[in-house]
Amino acid sequence: MLKTFPKGGIHPPENKLTSTKGIKKMPVPKMVYVPISQHIGIPAEIIVNVKDNVEIGQVIAKSGGFVSSNVHSPVAGVVTKLDKVIDTSGYKKQCIVIRTDAKNESNFEDISYSLKKDITMAPKDILQRINDYGIVGLGGATFPSHVKLSLKEGTVLDHLIINGVECEPYLTADHRLMIEKAEEILVGIKILMFALHVDKAIIGIENNKKDAIDIFKKLTKNENGIKVAALQVKYPQGGEKQLVRALLNREVPKNGLPLDVGVIVHNVGTIYAIYQAIQHNKPLTERVVTVTGKQLKNASNYWVKIGTPISDLINEVGGLPEGTRKIVNGGPMMGKAIKNLDVPVTKGTSGILVISEDEASRGEPKNCIRCGECIYVCPMGLEPHLLMNLSEKGMYEKASSEDIMTCIECGSCSYVCPSNRPLLDYIRFGKNIVKKLNSAKN
Amino acid sequence: MSTQPIIVSGSPHVHSDRTSKKLMYDVIIALLPAFLVSIYVFGISALIVTSVAITSCILFEYVIQKYLLKTSVTITDGSALLTGILLAFNLPSNLPIWMVIVGGLVAIGIAKLSFGGLGFNIFNPALVGRVFLLVSFPVQMTMWPTAIENNTTVIDAVTGATSLGVIKEGLQYGETMTEISSRIPSTISMLLGFTGGSLGEMPALALLLGGLYLIIRKVISWHIPVVMLTTMAVMTGIFWFLDPQHYANPIIHILSGGAILGAFYMATDLVTSPMTKKGMVIFAIGIGVITVVIRLFGAYPEGVSFAILIMNAFVPLINKYFKPRRFGSKIKAKIV
Repeated sequence: MLKTFPKGGIHPPENKLTSTKGIKKMPVPKMVYVPISQHIGIPAEIIVNVKDNVEIGQVIAKSGGFVSSNVHSPVAGVVTKLDKVIDTSGYKKQCIVIRTDAKNESNFEDISYSLKKDITMAPKDILQRINDYGIVGLGGATFPSHVKLSLKEGTVLDHLIINGVECEPYLTADHRLMIEKAEEILVGIKILMFALHVDKAIIGIENNKKDAIDIFKKLTKNENGIKVAALQVKYPQGGEKQLVRALLNREVPKNGLPLDVGVIVHNVGTIYAIYQAIQHNKPLTERVVTVTGKQLKNASNYWVKIGTPISDLINEVGGLPEGTRKIVNGGPMMGKAIKNLDVPVTKGTSGILVISEDEASRGEPKNCIRCGECIYVCPMGLEPHLLMNLSEKGMYEKASSEDIMTCIECGSCSYVCPSNRPLLDYIRFGKNIVKKLNSAKN
Repeated sequence: MSTQPIIVSGSPHVHSDRTSKKLMYDVIIALLPAFLVSIYVFGISALIVTSVAITSCILFEYVIQKYLLKTSVTITDGSALLTGILLAFNLPSNLPIWMVIVGGLVAIGIAKLSFGGLGFNIFNPALVGRVFLLVSFPVQMTMWPTAIENNTTVIDAVTGATSLGVIKEGLQYGETMTEISSRIPSTISMLLGFTGGSLGEMPALALLLGGLYLIIRKVISWHIPVVMLTTMAVMTGIFWFLDPQHYANPIIHILSGGAILGAFYMATDLVTSPMTKKGMVIFAIGIGVITVVIRLFGAYPEGVSFAILIMNAFVPLINKYFKPRRFGSKIKAKIV
């Protein structure tokens, strides 16, 4: 019996249409729009001016504090504007607009680095570089990686967990990366183990990616302390708390972090970015994006420069199909619907999903029939129907005491509700207000 | 690019194909085998009572919502249809038609719509309808056509009490179970449903088949039916073990008096049962205990309907105190 987390979860159709499609290189865009806030925390501070020439990998916005991250130029070119552009949140955010220099060869050279296994940097320098090179969690949360890795004196850490779960339907970016860059990821894992002085690592992969599991099993056969664990397919297993529970049978305390139970979790994409930064001196300026949808002609996985407008990606796969009604940045369960195709790819963009009419519109909400399905599927042990009710009625204190803030917004409740009730919409709304009330109190 | 606007909404952007309508129709499908047995046993009168109950429930819902409450009409969601079927299943097949209609009015008008409609009712509508009729017309509600004579005819002249009624009466006149047992149907006929009783409460096997379907389709969970029937079996078993001459054995109790219909189809009503498994267990134990107490020591030979309605009243309280365990509320494993 394969491992999984015991409480809640759902099995949406997987629709991994692009799992056999190799990662292609997206052509270098003519213009890139690089937001200064692509991570959770304080936005970075712009340190370039209009008309400045920038090189690939040059810092163009500097980390604004501890929980923040540097932003690097993904192309060589000229800064044309410092402008506000609508990003995935739907709000206008500060961006650095760079026109790619069509004559600069470094924009188009295709360097294939050879695998570099030896780790030559000291632990302290490794952590510093992860900070300097703008590495954030690429699984979607975009939490600055160096913050996770900065251990306080006396912290007990015994396991590094590598998140290769990719439980979101449709998305295959991590899957392809694990197949194509397995050795590099393994080196990345060793770099982190070395830097953190931890001797056990587990790579968690769901069983719908058997090829990736096989590759890592073969690679780690003679590795001491690095294990591969096949997991049952169940959403939201990619959630940190669910993954730690599934792999180690440890429950991260309420409002706590995996570190409270001696674990640090990193996504495979992040591990690869760390490998690139440490071994090949490459800051985070590109990532793998799955461009997918049932109606798309050439759905595939792509290496995409940060700041590439999503319209470029859509054009690359043959344009928006007839009848497109929804475009999602991310997967269908947790991704954000966008209206505007000028939205740029950021460090957190794991996929672009194009949805047609039949799946795009929601059914009409009906009365709650108190079936309790939302309670059974909630991986956090919450009562979504109750939280929705409390948010709707403005009873935020009560919602807070019913643990609304521990909701991970996985959407399982809304997914199963037979009455089509917008459970997560109201819970999200309630969370925002509770957050404001709490910060007003402090 | 299409001319229709792009939709922007919060995640998730996909939805399971479960709808409340489908859940209702699954229950209706599950009730079909029992309905067929009932038509076979009681003849066309079963069909008439059921059609009248369904029609009156749907019609009352339509009229009340459209002309009295002036809200949107929800007769297509399958819930009024289901209430009608369940009401009919709880009535004798020879009940005067106008009483069936009154039952439908009470079920839909009082038990369901006056509380706010689907999802807001505290008590199971069909059971409220039945109990209303039972206390208003006790004679008509406890005279059932006996099965054998009525096999394929429309006549409902021959009437008799149910097994539990016979036992209760016999015990009151000082008879022992050995003397009574010749007058109650065999276990086999109880399983197949060839006994007297309400329209849909007797065919135990057919009801179990439907119940199994509901559990497999995940419309209901096993907790309520299994715990409720087990509680009844254990409790009646203890009394029977101590004094087999004055208490019927657990098999008779389980197979008669609507215990199975109640356990799988009435107590499990999504709206009026608890929302967590822990709550369901408490709820089901409560129903089991109250049923047995009424049957053994109360004035009525049967107690399932009353027991379910009584426990329905406790559901909000049960939901309040039996919550799911919050993730991370206690640390499961310390670091080794």
